[in-house]
Amino acid sequence: MLTVENLNVYYGGIHALKGVSFQVRQREIVTLIGANGAGKTTTLKTISGLVRARNGKISYQDRDISSTPAHIIARDGLCHVPEGRRVFANMTVAENLALGAYHRRDQQGIKRDLEWVYELFPRLAERRQQLAGTLSGGEQQMLAIGRGLMSHPRLLLLDEPSMGLAPLLVREIFEIVKQINASGMTVLLVEQNAHMALSVADTAYVLETGRIVFSGPAREVAANKQVREAYLGA
Amino acid sequence: MQEVIQQLVNGISLGSIYGLIALGYTMVYGIIRLINFAHGDIYMIGAFVGYFAIRNFNLSFLPALLVAMAVCAALGTAIERLAYRPLRNSTRIAALITAIGVSFLIQNAALLAWTPDPRSYPDVFPLRTYEIGGVFVDNRQITILSVAVALMVVLHYIVNFTQIGRAMRAVAIDADTARLMGIDVDRVISFTFALGSALAAAAGVLVGIYYNRIEPTMGAMPGLKAFVAAVLGGIGVIPGAMLGGLVMGVAEVAVVALTASTWKDAVAFAILIVILLVKPAGLLGRQVREKV
Ligand SMILES: Nc1ncnc2c1ncn2[C@@H]1O[C@H](COP(=O)(O)OP(=O)(O)O)[C@@H](O)[C@H]1O
Ligand SMILES: [Mg+2]
Repeated sequence: MLTVENLNVYYGGIHALKGVSFQVRQREIVTLIGANGAGKTTTLKTISGLVRARNGKISYQDRDISSTPAHIIARDGLCHVPEGRRVFANMTVAENLALGAYHRRDQQGIKRDLEWVYELFPRLAERRQQLAGTLSGGEQQMLAIGRGLMSHPRLLLLDEPSMGLAPLLVREIFEIVKQINASGMTVLLVEQNAHMALSVADTAYVLETGRIVFSGPAREVAANKQVREAYLGA
Repeated sequence: MQEVIQQLVNGISLGSIYGLIALGYTMVYGIIRLINFAHGDIYMIGAFVGYFAIRNFNLSFLPALLVAMAVCAALGTAIERLAYRPLRNSTRIAALITAIGVSFLIQNAALLAWTPDPRSYPDVFPLRTYEIGGVFVDNRQITILSVAVALMVVLHYIVNFTQIGRAMRAVAIDADTARLMGIDVDRVISFTFALGSALAAAAGVLVGIYYNRIEPTMGAMPGLKAFVAAVLGGIGVIPGAMLGGLVMGVAEVAVVALTASTWKDAVAFAILIVILLVKPAGLLGRQVREKV
């Protein structure tokens, strides 16, 4: 579904991604773990078109999207839920969700997805007329994911959905990620919380200062001695 | 008392014109953080297009108004496309200087095409004055007010209740995240320029009718005052621009009534200085962190 080949990304003189390659197969949950500054966010931004690679190739559903504008990529069912939630703070929950469906014209489908999002996140339903900026961190994360789901994506990129959340909420969010995946959506999950990410993912890649240093089935990566020492505190 | 109400009526008429122009400044600033210095000149072009539409094409007021708005909407988007878009990722000062350049360009082109001589606006409405309890209101003031209010209501509706309006607000808050929603940011910016320019054009036609006099340099002073109005209301805040415009109009009329009319233009800058010292975010502005 998504193939990234030999991606090189620079921020001025900083070489942020140094030949990153990986693959996401349909219906999988793939996780990309790594320490702060490893290049996880940069990888997602490059896929969704917010950042341009100097070279390398990104194919999504067998088409090269390396130079496609971000809004076209989004309209094509590839949805990126950004790091730090980035909800539209002075708009209501309902307006944020409506923006998620911005490019859609199928009113019936939008309505169905809205019901689904409110079912997944009942707390958003209770707060639909509240300004997004007044939500708690966990609720904002739910809104960011819900807003993403409103675009009815085929591939969902999630950038650190657990960041800054209490352990109970983290569990809840990961439970939802599993549900979303079970509904047929492919997920690329970026996390610093390697433990949780490896427990839900099928496949894992470990990113270290712009390079993939390990990859494999999540279970095997989780069992790897070096990974355990470096990322799982064991 | 009658005198006070009379001045208030005059001030509100003038202020609603400043408000219409201020809306364009504030919307464009809200979305790309640029003070569009050419905005006052778009207002001037609007006045001239209305003038020609009425005089040469025999249009009545409303069609002439719509033609002026449409022409200026196209002009505004063209300016954005040709002059500002290529500079989207350069420094703010580069864009600002370009905006000043565009302003000079339009003004001088107009001087060349239409000569510096003032023209009197064709008479679309025979002037009719009504007296209500000692206060005089004429049909031109009523027209200005009703057109301004109608346009503001339409704008309010577009910004708050349509998909493109929601997209405008989203881009103003966070353009990158808006892109991730599938919003074509360039299109939204074009639309914003079109909307702001159309409102300025309407103000131009209204001024032509109210003061019965237009000239190629007419955009400079109202442009500056409307800019002050936008800052006064809180730049980037749409209701703030309307409020700022009204305050400016009333203040200007009051100053003329109480002192000498030579102070008329100084009041704008006095207000600007005071607002920057006392409440730089403006009357309705929130103190927000600058976007990085
Ligand atoms: N906008 C930017 N400008 C310059 N350097 C950046 C920018 N964004 C990220 N970087 C740098 O690129 C590297 C990777 O960052 P990022 O992709 O955010 O890592 P992660 O998401 O894994 O924490 C870091 O060294 C970071 O400092
Ligand atoms: Mg990151």
